[in-house]
Amino acid sequence: MATLTMTTLDPQSKAARRGLSDLAIRNLFIIPTIIFLIVFNIFPLLYSLGYSFTDFRASSNAPANFVGLDNYRTLLNDPFIWSNFAITAKYVIVSVAGQVVVGFGVALLLNREIPFKGLITTLLLLPMMLSMAVVGLFWKLLYDPSFGIINYAFGLGRFEWLSNPDMALYAVALTDIWMWSPFVMLLSLAGLSAVPKHLYEAAAIDRAGPIYTFFRITLPLVAPILMIAIIFRTMEAFKTFDLAYILTSQPTTEVISIRLYKMAFQEWQTGMSCALAYIVLIMVIAITNIYVKYLNKVKER
Amino acid sequence: MTHIELRGVQKWFGAVQVIKNLNLTIEDGEFIVMLGQSGCGKTTTLRAVAGLETIDEGDILIDGKPVQHLKCSARDIAMVFQSFSLYPHMTVYENIAFPLRATGMGKAGIDEAVRSIAKVLRITELLDRKPSALSGGDMQRVAIGRALVRHPKAMLMDEPIGALDAKLREEMRAEIKRLHVKQGSTTIYVTHDQVEAMSLADRIVIMHEGVLQQVGAPEEVYQRPQNLFVAQFVGSPVMNVSPAIVRSEGDDVSVAIDATVPGFAFPRELLGKLNGHAGNGALKLGIRPEAVLVSRDAQPGYVPVVAHIIEPLGSHDIVDLKVGGEILRARTPSGFVPRAGDAVHVRLDPSQAHFFDQSSGESLGVRL
Repeated sequence: MATLTMTTLDPQSKAARRGLSDLAIRNLFIIPTIIFLIVFNIFPLLYSLGYSFTDFRASSNAPANFVGLDNYRTLLNDPFIWSNFAITAKYVIVSVAGQVVVGFGVALLLNREIPFKGLITTLLLLPMMLSMAVVGLFWKLLYDPSFGIINYAFGLGRFEWLSNPDMALYAVALTDIWMWSPFVMLLSLAGLSAVPKHLYEAAAIDRAGPIYTFFRITLPLVAPILMIAIIFRTMEAFKTFDLAYILTSQPTTEVISIRLYKMAFQEWQTGMSCALAYIVLIMVIAITNIYVKYLNKVKER
Repeated sequence: MTHIELRGVQKWFGAVQVIKNLNLTIEDGEFIVMLGQSGCGKTTTLRAVAGLETIDEGDILIDGKPVQHLKCSARDIAMVFQSFSLYPHMTVYENIAFPLRATGMGKAGIDEAVRSIAKVLRITELLDRKPSALSGGDMQRVAIGRALVRHPKAMLMDEPIGALDAKLREEMRAEIKRLHVKQGSTTIYVTHDQVEAMSLADRIVIMHEGVLQQVGAPEEVYQRPQNLFVAQFVGSPVMNVSPAIVRSEGDDVSVAIDATVPGFAFPRELLGKLNGHAGNGALKLGIRPEAVLVSRDAQPGYVPVVAHIIEPLGSHDIVDLKVGGEILRARTPSGFVPRAGDAVHVRLDPSQAHFFDQSSGESLGVRL
């Protein structure tokens, strides 16, 4: 019996007295979810695929004309779009690398017996629980050149974080690092505490130094779960919109989602933006797949 | 040459003292087995020697140098863990090579060392496998290989075969013995299994509640237990221990284990050797089952008893004999006593009898 995933309903239970079968209960929970998913996710996804081959504009009543791959051709030949992608790539690399270094580093510090460990961990997780818009707004205040606390604390005078075109993207990335390092930390902490203590003892007996132990024992054993954290953060960073949109409007911070938003809802090029959205989707899937391939390789051992 | 010495070692876990004033000297090339029940402090002692556990007082000396403040890596000691502790993400080869790579040995040297130890342990064909693809016995061979590959000063083993099944345990026991004979490294081996201890050890160290009870060669510990704990811990089946009532009638001296039954005949020297302990009733008699001699026929000097339970073990039987209110276990040839409830006659071998002080549990050292 234990091998069956679905066992018969306990005849004493409330559900049974109401005359619901197992199957009915299953459907009750699953069907609304599936309907919701189809209506709000699958349907727009397919519908926008259709629009991406047209010159449809949601702002006008003109009928959509089929233009074939024209939208894709235009977008992929547009140097501005490529510069948006370059900005996005730079942002992803800086932000994810920062999060991994900070998150994993803090996890290493926390992975020992210290007083108030639980409290510290919870407090460190707070940034992750805030809303993106709120974080964007208050970091805008923190970065403010005249009364921002960051310049005051580091004695930077009237340093322009957000209005300096060379600095703005890093400032956005810094905020993202602050907000999402706890996520990497949390997963790393789970991975680190899953490394059996006796392996460290064995390594100590085998005369491995702390650095050798870290690179040959700790890191390889935490790698799979760290990989998962990196996959999540890369996908999120690639799609980032809120933080960059709220913090600054520099052309140097126009990541691909912002371009997409402007194209769809300011220029009302609905067909074109659908095509761009599909290009982004394909890229995210491709990048994620590379990671997943690597993750599977790491997990084999 | 490795010489390990423990001097007045004390260790507390909070309020509990787990090692109480331990003194022990281990000679070069010796195979020492630390034997005791779980929680007796034997593993803690081993870990203290390895450097995985600190001690609160005393000295641990390796080759005359105090090492209690040194890290494991500075002590040059190898250890085999009960859980094997193989690195799961590395192949067998990488596992064995790990201690050499960690200390920055050259590639060619590592390869030679790993292959030669793999040959000794007969695991050459497993070198490319991951630990998860190995059987328990092979995992333990790899763990031993990893410990031996760098020729450590001493080898520590913490119940290395405790996690294996009975047949494999026997096989690995012989293997460990073979390796020790071949490699001759000083070894401290921790176990709770007295059979393992008897078969492997040059000397057995018996611990109980953090106190060292007796140190000696296996036969010495078996034949001359210093106290009741050692007497009952070593040997299977367990030594019979019962109250001893010494009776002296004219020239005949007898020892009864129950007031209501006749005593077993003992030579007259017993009285002198007991040295006054005889009369006050604070005496315990210990006798191993093989020293309880059973006869089917009445013979002079034999006491009639009733067989209570018979455990046939194939090579021999263990028979529980009812002597008054006490049970005496005897080892007989198989089928010697046909049925439980049969009346048999029994005598004790005075030369294998042990007398203990009831209150302290110490042996009185009586040899007849």
